[in-house]
Formats: sequence, structure tokens, C-alpha cells
Amino acid sequence: MRWLWIDRIVELTPRERLVAVKHVSLSEDHMHEHFAADDEAGLAALPVMPAPLIIEGMAQSSGILVGHAGGFDEKVILAKIGRVELDADASPGDTLRYTANLTHLDDAGAATTGEVELLSPAPGTEPMTIGRIDLMFSHIDRNSAGLAFPEHNFVFGEGFRTLLRLSGVQVDF
Amino acid sequence: MTRDEVFEKVQEVLVDALGVDDDEVTPEASLTADLGAESIDFLDIVFKLEQAFGFKIAQGELFPENVAQDPTYVQDGRITPVGIAALKERLPHVDFTSFEQDPELGRIGEIFTVDTLVRFVERKLESAST
Repeated sequence: MRWLWIDRIVELTPRERLVAVKHVSLSEDHMHEHFAADDEAGLAALPVMPAPLIIEGMAQSSGILVGHAGGFDEKVILAKIGRVELDADASPGDTLRYTANLTHLDDAGAATTGEVELLSPAPGTEPMTIGRIDLMFSHIDRNSAGLAFPEHNFVFGEGFRTLLRLSGVQVDF
Repeated sequence: MTRDEVFEKVQEVLVDALGVDDDEVTPEASLTADLGAESIDFLDIVFKLEQAFGFKIAQGELFPENVAQDPTYVQDGRITPVGIAALKERLPHVDFTSFEQDPELGRIGEIFTVDTLVRFVERKLESAST
């Protein structure tokens, strides 16, 4: 369960759109190194969510949307990051909301567009769009090189099943 | 749609999919050798062409599939005459003239130029209108 970068799926319109949230916490180990204080440079610690993990959160949100479209039979692998724009940092206490949209789906793979919003817990603050992330996924059993992969679906394992169940998404795999 | 209009849209697709500059996308530029396309980019290009031109492209219709796994098509790392004949039939938009001189499997990516895509799109649009 450690490599899940979304906490809950809050909306799923099959083959169309998935919305998930991630609560950023100071108790996460990586926050203490990203960025640690630098006494020599006189810099205080600045704990912010690393951008690659925000991309991973969107990849998991989008990947579940793609996997769900195929009944989780396909092994859905992130194949290409087409675009990433992130305009602001997410700090402990913030919530990130990922909205993934399925723009293309066929036997070989899928393409998604995504929007990242920052929800601050401060009273009276509105959600702020802070990023756009477009991704491509491959159904690797249908790769054009004809390479073979293990039969069991190693992509959607126990962690994802638990996340789906806790989010109230009915799955049968 | 004129050939120039098709080329402009194909150029936009490649600039977006491969992160290259407009002026790099010349008709004779090879997708792999000149524009740096990797295998997953071919799927991206297929998706973006479908979106740009509003038609569906079946798997294996634009780019070949499973060529290397067929022993009648590939022997000792080279595509056999039988393989080339089969590819020509499956991929009528591709010009194999140069590849046939040295049909090494590793060079297969080089047969796809910007012009190949333009020809492919023209054929698709033509068949859709007849």
C-alpha cells in the first residue's frame, strides 16, 4: 500500500472521467527531505509535495480510469508523459484533487488529459487549478513487438483493489 | 483537403507528439532517425492523427506489427523478400525503395518519414470520400 499516491476516488464516470484526492501530510517521510533545512545556506526546511509524485498521483488516477474501462483485464502501463505543467507547490495540510479525462482508448492503449487542483484547508479559500498533466498508457500485452509478459495482472494488485473498494467502486477482478 | 493542408496538420501532430520544432518536420525527415521517435511515440502519433483528421486507424494499419517474431519474415536479422512483399501489401503508403537495398531489421523504423504519414492520410481521406 505504500506506493499509492491517491487516498480516495471521489467520482468515476466509466470510460470518461475519474476524480481522486490526495491529502498531503507532514508525516510522509519524503517531506522531510524535500526540502530539508540547509543550515550552511541559512535556509529553513520547506516541505512540499515532490512534483514527480504529483505526476504519479495523476498517473494512478488516469490508469485506474483506463483499467476500469477494460474491466481491469488489461495491464495498463504508463508509457508517455505528454505534458506536465505545475504552477504551485502543495504543502502539508493541502489536498490535491486529480481529474482525469479519457480522450482515447483502443486495443493498444489509451490517452488521458488531466487537471490538478489545490484545495487549501484555510476557511474561505476556493480550489485553485495548479496543473495540467497529459499521459499515454499502453496495454502491454498488445505491444507491437509481440513481447510476452507474466499472465497475472501485476499492475492492479491488492493495493489498488483496496483503494477501489474503500472508494465504493464496484470491481470484480 | 490539399496535400499542403494535410502536411500542415501532420506537422502539427509531430510537433506535439515528439516535441520537435516546425522546421525539423520536413517531408523527407525520418520519424526515428531525424525526429527521435521511439516505439511508444508511434501509438501517440496514431491517436493524434485520428483526432486531427477524424478517422480511425486499426492496429497495424499505419505501422507494422509483430514483424520480428515471424521467422518467414526475418532471418539473421534481415527482412526476407517474402517479408518485404508482405509488408508492401500491408503498408501501401510506405516507400520501400531505399530499405530494400539493405533490409536490416534495425533499419525498419527509418522507412517511416513525414511524407509516409502524409501519403497514409491522403489515402485514408480518399477512401473515406469514395
